[in-house]
Amino acid sequence: MRVGVITFPGTLDDRDAARAVNAGGAQAVSLWHADADLKNVDAVILPGGFSYGDYLRCGAISRFAPVMNLVIEAAGKGMPVLGICNGFQVLCESHLLPGALTRNSDLHFLCRDQEIEIVNNETAWTTSYKKGEKIVIPLKNGEGSFQCDDNTLAMLEGEGRVIARYVGQNPNGSRNLIAGITNERGNVVGLMPHPEHAIDELTGPNSQGLGFFTSILNAMVK
Amino acid sequence: MAKIVVDVMLKPEILDPQGNAVAAALPRLGFNFAQSVRQGKRFEIEVEGEPTAEQLAEVEKAAETLLSNPVIENFVVRVEK
Repeated sequence: MRVGVITFPGTLDDRDAARAVNAGGAQAVSLWHADADLKNVDAVILPGGFSYGDYLRCGAISRFAPVMNLVIEAAGKGMPVLGICNGFQVLCESHLLPGALTRNSDLHFLCRDQEIEIVNNETAWTTSYKKGEKIVIPLKNGEGSFQCDDNTLAMLEGEGRVIARYVGQNPNGSRNLIAGITNERGNVVGLMPHPEHAIDELTGPNSQGLGFFTSILNAMVK
Repeated sequence: MAKIVVDVMLKPEILDPQGNAVAAALPRLGFNFAQSVRQGKRFEIEVEGEPTAEQLAEVEKAAETLLSNPVIENFVVRVEK
């Protein structure tokens, strides 16, 4: 199984994401933002970083990169897409996911190991976890506060589309402690903290993030 | 040459931590007039000659597509003399 990892100018976490894909048992394939070519991948990851310098708004300019038109089209047909951190921001700007990520409520850039609870384990990226399982993975961003209007929030909660919540004190002002959400179909997932930085104890706090990258294999076998 | 201005502001219901930080800094400098502060973005777009209705419609479209995120922001387009 081939999982594409997109590199935009300013992306930082593409190598860690590719390493996590390989550790999970799939084959990572590098994709370039300016190439309108998905290289026959079965799934796509939009990694973290500061694509296009976060100019204008985080993810706003990446959303119009040539490769994104193909990602949006493929996502509409059910291809699994995972956006982590800046990737989550790109997915919101692309309207593949509702809401928006705004400046952390205390204005600080946060970088720490964060406990989250997996509240939906039925998406393409979360089946390796148990519902209610708590994991600790790095959180590192300045604009991670998930915001949306009341109707959207009620829809996300009512349809079980929140996939992960922060545990304990709200780190960034996200509504309802939301750390990650999915689309109606469950193939597109956006997540603020970074599972790709927690796949082994050599480079991360633990290996509790690996489940996102093994889940995708389950999604393909089905 | 005319200037088309697009002002982009966070919607009133969206938390504005930057505006709040500015509001908190003002009294520290002895400025006590502010009840609240909201921070936004201003785009100045120069066009050749007087802007036509078609151009303004295009700017509106660009403001909706790229310059603002309609999920969290409102915008106003105007021509500056």
